[in-house]
Amino acid sequence: MMLAVAEVTPAWYLILGSILFAIGSVGLLVRRNPLVMFMCVELMLNAVTLTFVTFSRMLDDIDGQTVVVFVLVVAAAEVVVGLGIIVALLRKQPAATADDINVLKG
Amino acid sequence: MELVVFLVAGGACIAGALGVVLNSNPVHAALSLVGTLFGIAVLFVAQEANFLAAVQVIVYAGAIVVLFLFVLMLLGVDRAEDLSIEPLGGGQRIAAGVVGLGVLALPLLAMHATGWEVTGAGARPGDRNLLDDTSPDVAQLGESLFTTYLFAFEVTSVLLVIAVVGAVVLARKVKRADYVADPLVAAHNDALAEVAEPTDEISESEPVPS
Repeated sequence: MMLAVAEVTPAWYLILGSILFAIGSVGLLVRRNPLVMFMCVELMLNAVTLTFVTFSRMLDDIDGQTVVVFVLVVAAAEVVVGLGIIVALLRKQPAATADDINVLKG
Repeated sequence: MELVVFLVAGGACIAGALGVVLNSNPVHAALSLVGTLFGIAVLFVAQEANFLAAVQVIVYAGAIVVLFLFVLMLLGVDRAEDLSIEPLGGGQRIAAGVVGLGVLALPLLAMHATGWEVTGAGARPGDRNLLDDTSPDVAQLGESLFTTYLFAFEVTSVLLVIAVVGAVVLARKVKRADYVADPLVAAHNDALAEVAEPTDEISESEPVPS
């Protein structure tokens, strides 16, 4: 079997990260539900953290993992504020999409 | 062995990611997101980032996805949407597909240009940041976080405070007309009036200690 002898190189992880990032970006562009768009942003963030951890291992440097910790903190803060905005939006207009976000004006 | 782990976890990641984008029900999308996050945690373990794998499961799968589901249930928007409707028209989906392919092709071409091998400066020999097997990744991560990146770590606390304040402001939106009618505001105003003009009852029941 060819699979049995294949070795997982770090490049595989980078390719997987690229695929996840691309899927997340397409989802962000295609979907109009603000919550699902938000999940796509989380997907893209996770693709980047996977890439950072891979680089951390390849270059034998812990700094990549430190960056991932900061990404986690920023993601948590972003989710709190973003969901607050989405709750405010959907309260005003329960079937709102991302195109209706201007109802929050004023 | 590593191959099996990579294929299973990577497959879970991609299946979950496609589920997030393609599911018409937002609750199913959130549950697919858990699959992706869990697969990434497994890949973290495969790359000797054990602490980050634990944090990934606790913070992302445990807290952030639960927050998403909480908002979905709270607002009652957990109904399926019709994904066949083109929201903006004008071939927006085709454009999104082209952009996605471009986003995918860019890193792949960059990796192809370097022959699928990552080169870089890396940690210098003798540097304390070396990922060695003698000390666990938690110890190295903690040392890096609290020495080299101490200032950035402190700034994240400011960021968290700002996020909390922002969430409170957004969640408690009081309009000008409703301001006086708000029971909390009314109670606060009453308390202020009492402090300014204490009634006889209060002054009798609470004698001033000499």
